Amino acid sequence: MTLDLVPLWTVILAVAVFMYVLLDGFDLGVGILFPFAPDDEARLLMMNSVAPVWDGNETWLILGGIGLFAAFPVAFAIIMPALYFPILLMLLGLLFRGVAFEFRPNARRSRRHWDRAFFLGSLVATFAQGCVLGQYVHGFPVRDGQYAGGTLDWVNPFVLAVGVGLVFGYMLLGATWLVMKTEGPLQDWARGKSRLALVGVLAFITMVSVWTPLLEPRIAERWFAWPNIALLSPVPLATVALAWLLWRSLARGDDYPPFFYAMGLFVLCYLGLAISLFPYVVPHSITLDEAAAHPNSQAFLLLGTLFLLPVVFGYFGWSYWVFRGKVRADIGYH
Amino acid sequence: MEADPLFLSRLQFAFLIVFHFLLPAFTIGLASYIAVLEGVHLWTRNPVYLRLSNFWIRMFAVSFGLGVVSGIVMPFQFGTNWSRFSEATANVIAPLMGYEGLMAFFLEAAFLGVLLFGRKLVPAWAHFASALMVAFGTLLSAFWILAANSWMHTPAGFEYADGFVVTEWLAVIFNPSFPYRFLHTVTAVYLTTAFTVIGVAAYHLLHDRHVEESRIMLVMGFGLTTVLAPLQLVLGDLHGLNTLEHQPAKIAAMEAIWETGPRQPAVLFAIPDEDAEINRAEIAIPNLASLYLTHDISGVVQGLKDFKPEDRPPVLPVFIGFRVMVAMWAVMMGLTICAWYLGMRGELHRRRGFLRACVWAIPSGYIAVTAGWITTEVGRQPWVVYNLMRTADGLTPSIDGGDVAVSLALYALVYAVIFGAGFYILVRLARRGPHMPAEDRGPRLSERPARPLSAATESEAP
Repeated sequence: MTLDLVPLWTVILAVAVFMYVLLDGFDLGVGILFPFAPDDEARLLMMNSVAPVWDGNETWLILGGIGLFAAFPVAFAIIMPALYFPILLMLLGLLFRGVAFEFRPNARRSRRHWDRAFFLGSLVATFAQGCVLGQYVHGFPVRDGQYAGGTLDWVNPFVLAVGVGLVFGYMLLGATWLVMKTEGPLQDWARGKSRLALVGVLAFITMVSVWTPLLEPRIAERWFAWPNIALLSPVPLATVALAWLLWRSLARGDDYPPFFYAMGLFVLCYLGLAISLFPYVVPHSITLDEAAAHPNSQAFLLLGTLFLLPVVFGYFGWSYWVFRGKVRADIGYH
Repeated sequence: MEADPLFLSRLQFAFLIVFHFLLPAFTIGLASYIAVLEGVHLWTRNPVYLRLSNFWIRMFAVSFGLGVVSGIVMPFQFGTNWSRFSEATANVIAPLMGYEGLMAFFLEAAFLGVLLFGRKLVPAWAHFASALMVAFGTLLSAFWILAANSWMHTPAGFEYADGFVVTEWLAVIFNPSFPYRFLHTVTAVYLTTAFTVIGVAAYHLLHDRHVEESRIMLVMGFGLTTVLAPLQLVLGDLHGLNTLEHQPAKIAAMEAIWETGPRQPAVLFAIPDEDAEINRAEIAIPNLASLYLTHDISGVVQGLKDFKPEDRPPVLPVFIGFRVMVAMWAVMMGLTICAWYLGMRGELHRRRGFLRACVWAIPSGYIAVTAGWITTEVGRQPWVVYNLMRTADGLTPSIDGGDVAVSLALYALVYAVIFGAGFYILVRLARRGPHMPAEDRGPRLSERPARPLSAATESEAP
């Protein structure tokens, strides 16, 4: 008897990628907001708020990448070459962002440079990830099981717009994270930035939601055909409701809820994306089943994943628990 | 001239992996050394081991961070530049890399925090256990990635049906070259760490600082090399025999042997000419290669002419890489013998010429692992999966030479900045050396950043 592992691997991979987007999303967002902070002390607090967790967050990217390679190799072999330059930009951005964390406190004269590297690294990595997402939704031409487009296909208005949209998205996660982790004037500043980012995010969500069905008739049909339109309408409605809750929560001066509402918005967008694209793993060419690795290989890695992933979650929970509460100036770099 | 995407992609992969591997070459051994120092401190309660451990933990934190960021780049290379290789071998290679991520990366991440920042938070035995787990994690990482790499050299446990499909996982993991490659590589990185520790100790002895700590480092370092340097000769020999059995063309290139036959000479120096299929300016010792390759003076060794020109690896880099690696081993072995000679005369810590040589020998391990890597990987060419899939057939079809030229140039630029800065910081930390007892304080809870590299800066604050 062979069990079909494709649905299980789809869920695992979707969770790994989403964990990455949420977790590295807020610390990249903090990096994007970094140079606009009111003063140097605020910048120190901002960095300290993500310093204990960022590299653990980034580990999910490796898991997502290797997970795609292991579970859906056909998709890996098509998507990665198609995104040659966005992936390159993302990796270079992450390199600078990562070492800036490390080198900034060690530096004397060059500290300003590492500040800039931290901001630009975060910004470039985020924009590049947005382009990855945009091109993914846009789809990949495939011939004979290989990517049939050019390496600059991603330079088009839709993809670049999604890139900018994700910058606002991570900014929202980062700003609401800071609302949760800081106090006083810095928190007020973060609330202001949260509102700004929320407006941007809503504008881009609206734009992408209108644009995507126009790009691909299949997606339009999925959302607007009866009875789907009735069954799926809770997704956009919940998005509007959450956005309103988030706005009100910011106005009311809450500490924790804004961050969770912001994460909720990401969950809904992710869900909307899944609804649009399922069952394709290479939109709009190759399905999950067609791209799957040999069942033998999926089973071999699944064994370890099911055992080890809960351990990983345990560690993450513990690490966040240790660093709970408001961030202080006297942890970490000084 | 049109830029060749195949050559540039190979160059890019080689560049990225060589720079990445410099860090694990140091940190795998260092993690074990720190675990030993922690263990000895737990056992003897002698504070000098605590100072040593704290010093090397700071160095570990910086290099481990650099290793992580340069490591994230690697799996993406498979997809962006080697998509056809990825697709064909994913069933075999990807799960092994998946296990590396799940087992090693998360294990390291989980216990690294405790190792770096938990000394005041957890009992001493738990801190020691964390050091052991980090060391274990680095070895697990080496285990899985070398299993994947070895499979590309000596594939086993599979059948071919529109791509490689695994029939026997144990045969995949413990493929014929894996045990030799694993032991040879781990011994090499332990030697690399040992000579880094020895060199740093020698530097401080030359400046008459941290004398107590440096003497211990010197003795511990040479204690390890006394076992590992000779052992590496045996392991290298066994690995060579294994290679002769499974990859005879690589051996022929390593030795620059063109004609098949018995009584092969050991070529000390030559400039192999691939077009003329001869060696120029050759200096050789008769019969010796047959003796050490086959353990029989009249043993037959295949020459390069036995292989079709399109199936031969590039001879020069393999030939030179092997000689550089062996030369570096000779440096390490020679210094180890000198250390024994001086140690028995009670001059180990005093002989300035020797100490200076030890400082100069710090790069020996890094050069040896890089040269060894070039020998084995270039020697695998023109195959990416030995005898089954050519490197040229693994390349991504949709990228052109210009694309790869741009990415390679950007990587080179960024690595120059990042590795330059990292190297500068490491040298500064090494020169400063272990802290004096008075200022030796672990990071307190209130200032605990729980970030690997920030440990390096803890005590540098103004």
